[in-house]
Amino acid sequence: MTTPLLTFNALSIAFRRRGEWRTAVHDVSLSVQPGETVGLVGESGCGKSTLAMAGLGYLPDNARILAGEISLTGESLATMSPARLQQRRGDTIAAVYQNPATALNPALTIGRQISEIFEYQKGLTARAAMTAAKAMLEQVRIANPEQLLRAYPYQISGGMQQRVVIAMALAGEPDLLVLDEPTTALDASIQADVLALFDDLRRDLGVAMLLISHDLGVVRAVCDRAAVMYAGEIVETAPVGELFAQPKHPYTASLIDCIPTGHTHWSHERLASIPGYPPALGERGAGCAFAPRCPVARAACQQQPVALAWLNNRHASRCLFPEDTAAPGGNRPPATPGRPAGERVLESDDLVVGYKGVRVLDGVTLDVRAGETLALVGESGSGKSTLARALTGLTVPDAGSVRLDGTALPGAQRKRVQSTRRALQMVFQSPENTLNASHRIGPALGRAIRELGGLGYRAARALVPERLAQVALEADTANRRPAQLSGGQRQRVAIARAFAGDPKAVILDEPTSALDVSVQAAVLDLLIDLQQRRGTAYLFISHDLAVVRYIADRVAVLFLGRIMEVGPVERIFSGVRHPYTAELLAAIPDWAQDHPSTQAAPVMTGARDRPPGCPYASRCAYVMPQCANEPPPVREPAPGQQIHCHLPINELPGSLYE
Amino acid sequence: MRSLTRSLTVSPGLTIGLLMVTVWVVTAAFAPWVAPHEPTAMGVGPQTAAPSWGYWFGTDQYGRDILSRVIYGGRYVLAIAPASTLLGLILGTLIGLLAAYGRGWLDEVIMRLLDAIMAFPIVVLALLALTVLGSSTLNVILVIGLVFAPLIARTARSAALTEVRKEYVEAARLRGEGHWYVMVMEVAPNIRGPLMVEATIRLGYAVFTSATLGFLGLGVQPPAPDWGVMVSSSRSLLTTAPWAVLAPALAIAAVVIGFSLIADGLRDREQQ
Repeated sequence: MTTPLLTFNALSIAFRRRGEWRTAVHDVSLSVQPGETVGLVGESGCGKSTLAMAGLGYLPDNARILAGEISLTGESLATMSPARLQQRRGDTIAAVYQNPATALNPALTIGRQISEIFEYQKGLTARAAMTAAKAMLEQVRIANPEQLLRAYPYQISGGMQQRVVIAMALAGEPDLLVLDEPTTALDASIQADVLALFDDLRRDLGVAMLLISHDLGVVRAVCDRAAVMYAGEIVETAPVGELFAQPKHPYTASLIDCIPTGHTHWSHERLASIPGYPPALGERGAGCAFAPRCPVARAACQQQPVALAWLNNRHASRCLFPEDTAAPGGNRPPATPGRPAGERVLESDDLVVGYKGVRVLDGVTLDVRAGETLALVGESGSGKSTLARALTGLTVPDAGSVRLDGTALPGAQRKRVQSTRRALQMVFQSPENTLNASHRIGPALGRAIRELGGLGYRAARALVPERLAQVALEADTANRRPAQLSGGQRQRVAIARAFAGDPKAVILDEPTSALDVSVQAAVLDLLIDLQQRRGTAYLFISHDLAVVRYIADRVAVLFLGRIMEVGPVERIFSGVRHPYTAELLAAIPDWAQDHPSTQAAPVMTGARDRPPGCPYASRCAYVMPQCANEPPPVREPAPGQQIHCHLPINELPGSLYE
Repeated sequence: MRSLTRSLTVSPGLTIGLLMVTVWVVTAAFAPWVAPHEPTAMGVGPQTAAPSWGYWFGTDQYGRDILSRVIYGGRYVLAIAPASTLLGLILGTLIGLLAAYGRGWLDEVIMRLLDAIMAFPIVVLALLALTVLGSSTLNVILVIGLVFAPLIARTARSAALTEVRKEYVEAARLRGEGHWYVMVMEVAPNIRGPLMVEATIRLGYAVFTSATLGFLGLGVQPPAPDWGVMVSSSRSLLTTAPWAVLAPALAIAAVVIGFSLIADGLRDREQQ
């Protein structure tokens, strides 16, 4: 066997927090061979980023290596001089981080930033370095590098920025790229493109990769093998095919079952949920860290530490009873049929919102029925959040109307009556900002119940424990501040707040996109249960189509402020569809494997150069002469499905007879 | 409480600042017991006597004990500075919140008006106001509070601008809360940190400004032992009896430096 590029050998790392050393990474052994792509997956706080930082020799000052060793091609990091380490970062190992915007210097052109690496590391002249920079951009499949070299970071899209960062990482010809959540900040279709780029780089340059991600779908699509981390330990490692088909650790199995597959609705197959919460940093018990949450734990699991044991030469599990692990799908509870949709509750009619001369919403007509979930999908900039704000009156529409129970509402929130506010509520995206950091949960929720429920102070406060219980939170949460809660717990409080006055319709703006998959599964379950009990109408905004497939009854696809397509979720996912919907679907990592892609290379289209016809025309793989100038007709391939496209039904992408 | 003791040990500047200010506050509060003489009694010692064991800071041209006058003088400054800062803080916070929350034209109008006011040097504004209103301790507090309000308003606005865009503010609007409720109950608690730092910086400047006004004869009137008044009335002795000027001047400097050390310490804590 060749020398591994990067080796962690029985590594343990601790952080100093409030005067105590807390173990963040415990007994991790992992290596990356030349040319190999290894995934490191786990939920937030599991230690995966700490591990990546340690591999680069970038541990913060308050961290300490307790035991074990890190080596780069056999050379220990501990004995390396700072100058030697600096040299090896670049020619052996290089890193790409989550947010390309902060990785680039806003004051320098792209050309300058890439070429200075060549000047510094290889001693090239300015002219030669610029030529090398151009070649590097071609390497990361950028079509017109000349133009990009002169651009500043803010002038290019996030996907383009990430390619530039990757080009910079490749400039020193490293053998290993450490990719820390490289696509998390990107839109789904751009993510698919960047992932395809990783495949190319691996094939063309033979560069090895350590891909750190919370997204099992990404790891499955890109990696040869993967290690799953939980509470600072690697609990399972195996080739990805085997890991997903035959997990041998209950955590891996539960995690896989928490992920929406993109193939089924919740009424056919429910997602698993993992009870409880992961242990806080340095506060795990003596035995297996996962035992308190494990569906198959026995008494022995809690008693002594469990070592990583090899089941065959490629598959290891840190479980005493690996054969008890449920097969994929085995952790999913039985599904129950949903209730039928009722009357129309929330409607928008030809809604228009302009911003600085651009129509962000360009005539959006939609309706949501009682007990039904309408998902709103589209890439960033499509106007999803603007629609949510216009419906709730946070943004005043320029034209068109919003109706609740058939009654037209005033455009501005301020002019609406309290019974409207009670009936139409919203859950926001960011668990950080959705609650006021200065207010304790009890008073904050009490205030919402008082204002929206029309109750007195005492009566409202008395209801708080009950309302917390409805969102599966302990009664003592009332005494906490938001900073003392996890993201999932905060989002539950936000849901309880939106439901304070028993709303008829709730707008959910990416409510789970900032959450870990297991937490997302639990929050989605909570939303479904609330809806089934109360018959609430949901408008569910999401960029994650697998989540949409799971929760939505109907889907509306938005592009540059216009509805491209509306229809029942199963028709959109398995019938014929709009070319833009086809592009979005092709971007789901494991969906793409089963469905041949019809994708055109996505080109970012600015809202300003919108043609009088179909706004998608400039990017559409099926574009015809009339698309740019004539508004598309409505096609109805199935009852309830409307596709705004010039293509005749039998030429639309997707299958008619599925 | 534990976090306070922790920050005292990790931030020596904050500790020294608090110590300096506390010494002045305590001696001023207990002046009748601490001071060896009556502050306004003439002829308690020889005229313009140099500092000695009997008169630590010396005496002035009327034979008054300068140490006693400096100790009593702390009472004026340490009443005027916090009162005027508190007034400026309340006014400035409300104006800043209104600008940040109102956005658009309201924000423009408010901020341009404040810019116009701040174009004048503070002392000139104070001079003008006190000449019109007449000089009294209450008027000094009012005037310093009013001229500080625009400065505090800018800090409040910039801190509030990031807060008013957060989702909890939209959630409050969606349940029909009034504008004042959102500004005062939702946003204001979250800009506490930067406002405390700003207020502490202003405290130092308030000491300085009140002394300046005393020096110019627009604040507290002689023979009251205000530090500014003392510097002013003894300034002709600068060459012959420099201690009569230096003692109140150093007192002013000590309090101003004390407050600014506290402000720096608070800011460091804020940024952690």
